[in-house]
Amino acid sequence: MEKRKIIEIKDVWKIYQLDAVEYPALRGANLDVYRGEFLAIMGASGSGKSTMLNSVGALDVPTKGQVLLEGIDISTLDESELSQVRGRKIGFVFQAFNLINSLSALENVMLPMTFQNIQRSIKIEKATRLLNLVGLGDRLNNTPGELSGGERQRVAIARSLANDPEVILADEPTGNLDSKTGKEILELLKRLQKEQGKTLIMVTHDLNIAKQADRIAQLSDGKVIKISNKI
Amino acid sequence: MIFDYFLLSFKSIRKRKLRSWLTVIGIFIGIAAVVSLISLGQGLQTAIDEQFQQLGKDKIIIQPITLGPPGSVTSKSLILTSKDLKFIENINGVEWAIGYLVKSDQVQFKDEKKVEFIIGMNPSDLTTNLELQGTKIIEGRSLKNGDKFKVVVGYNHGVDKKIWNRGIKVGDSVEIEGYKFKVVGRFDKTSNPLEDGYLFVPKDTLKEVLNTGDEESQIVVKVQQGYDVKIVADAIKEKLRRFRGEKENQETFQVSTSEQILESFNNIFGIIQTVLAGIAAISLLVGGIGIMNTMYTSVLERTRDIGIMKSIGAKNSDILVIFLIESGFLGLIGGAIGVGIGYVIGKGVEYAAVNYLGTTLLRAVFPLYLTVGSLAFSFFVGSIAGLLPAIRASKLKPVDALRYE
Ligand SMILES: Nc1ncnc2c1ncn2[C@@H]1O[C@H](COP(=O)(O)OP(=O)(O)OP(=O)(O)O)[C@@H](O)[C@H]1O
Ligand SMILES: [Mg+2]
Repeated sequence: MEKRKIIEIKDVWKIYQLDAVEYPALRGANLDVYRGEFLAIMGASGSGKSTMLNSVGALDVPTKGQVLLEGIDISTLDESELSQVRGRKIGFVFQAFNLINSLSALENVMLPMTFQNIQRSIKIEKATRLLNLVGLGDRLNNTPGELSGGERQRVAIARSLANDPEVILADEPTGNLDSKTGKEILELLKRLQKEQGKTLIMVTHDLNIAKQADRIAQLSDGKVIKISNKI
Repeated sequence: MIFDYFLLSFKSIRKRKLRSWLTVIGIFIGIAAVVSLISLGQGLQTAIDEQFQQLGKDKIIIQPITLGPPGSVTSKSLILTSKDLKFIENINGVEWAIGYLVKSDQVQFKDEKKVEFIIGMNPSDLTTNLELQGTKIIEGRSLKNGDKFKVVVGYNHGVDKKIWNRGIKVGDSVEIEGYKFKVVGRFDKTSNPLEDGYLFVPKDTLKEVLNTGDEESQIVVKVQQGYDVKIVADAIKEKLRRFRGEKENQETFQVSTSEQILESFNNIFGIIQTVLAGIAAISLLVGGIGIMNTMYTSVLERTRDIGIMKSIGAKNSDILVIFLIESGFLGLIGGAIGVGIGYVIGKGVEYAAVNYLGTTLLRAVFPLYLTVGSLAFSFFVGSIAGLLPAIRASKLKPVDALRYE
């Protein structure tokens, strides 16, 4: 596989201010991510996995260090540029699905396109196509409350694809699902990575899942302590 | 895109039905109050304007200074007399002058007795007066010169169960102070139910039966064309003062042009409307605070949604607009309901006024600006009330918002 860096994490620190106490969640993390790869991030709870993923996804800015996304340093961007990055370059899939409960599946998938000023008819057409892709073509008008956990996560995956991002960031996407459903979700994400060439970064606690990744990054106390290639 | 934001806001409002309704009540009470009060005020204003149009701008009214209704002056020195009337008739610029004797006295018809306003006038003046009142004879005839103990009655006298059990007909007679008056005619309805209860008799006859001396309760003057009404009025005031031997600023009579009367009406009106507007403003303020409160709660409740929207690319300004539309929408819904309720109240009052008070003065008028203005204003109040909560929502950090439980 051709190895081109899409993300570079360079000596990244994230220090949370809790009242008077400073808590460093990331303490000089370094990591390169290659275009089109499937990277799993593992580590104990509290080791900084989500924090790292959030700074890659421009949800949060590091206190120190650089996060380069396609060569652009995220920490130099202003609020509206950050939202552009989140909207166009990144697709998020969360453990808790994070769908808008008052909106239907279709509307949830349309929403990222709304923020990019895309024409309504195009949005509907594309959202329908994406929901078909994740196997929910018959549940377009159901709200999240009317869907199972696995189905909700499928909606979230469809939504993450709405603006054709290069990178999909998944933070324990199977964490709230039973093992069978979890497997289906994993297969879906892997399929997107393989067939559509997306870069997939997935935080997981499950070694069996991590084993299917191209590489595994091991985090401990806010640092990447080990990167292992696929066995 | 704005359309999509409207859709988002609408969905969120619908999801919080009960609270949205309660919030909206705060606005629609205020708007309903404004709309009904202004519509009635407008109607009243229009009606009064019409009445004055009827009267005409070229009229001057002279009456003794009194707090009571015309005819209530008793002191001899204060009374205007036929000499004053003659004098006024001859002042430069006066086309004609009509003197009215207005008295309220007991009137008997068959077994019934009622106290009514009796207007004594020269029979020849009655036709002119009809024009001023904007009415006409619908039964019988008007008074004519030489008539004595004849009466023309206002419209309501001829209606069953209005003043009399059985309405008076032409040819009947009524008794005033023990004298029989033959009813020779009846007027059509005017817009003023008070006037519809008047009885018109020859002035000399009325003086005779009531034993009043030489008295004019009110004198109405028409100014000749080409003369300035105000100047003629001033001339009447000055000359009549000299004629009556009174000192300046101590006149026992007052001279007002029809325009001055209209103006003082309008002034009172302005004050009433200002007070009403004040009350309405307070209730809208309270409604606005209600919206603000709801929006703060909504922002809290939807912190996670805000985080989600930001994580999929919403800019701060997008969040701001979404919340502003939502609060504006709440205001607008309240406004629309308020306009509807205000309309019903206004029309209800009008209906009650026509059917129970018998006046067409209290009409509810709904100019377009009132409806459009109310809607725009309630949207504006909603948006303003939502501004601070919306700013707070837009400034939330995505990670913090996503972590919110
Ligand atoms: N907003 C915050 N304010 C303060 N401390 C925070 C904040 N976010 C994370 N932390 C702390 O930073 C550390 C790393 O958090 P992070 O969520 O990245 O862990 P994680 O590796 O994803 O853990 P888990 O596997 O439980 O999800 C934790 O100790 C956490 O308490
Ligand atoms: Mg985590």
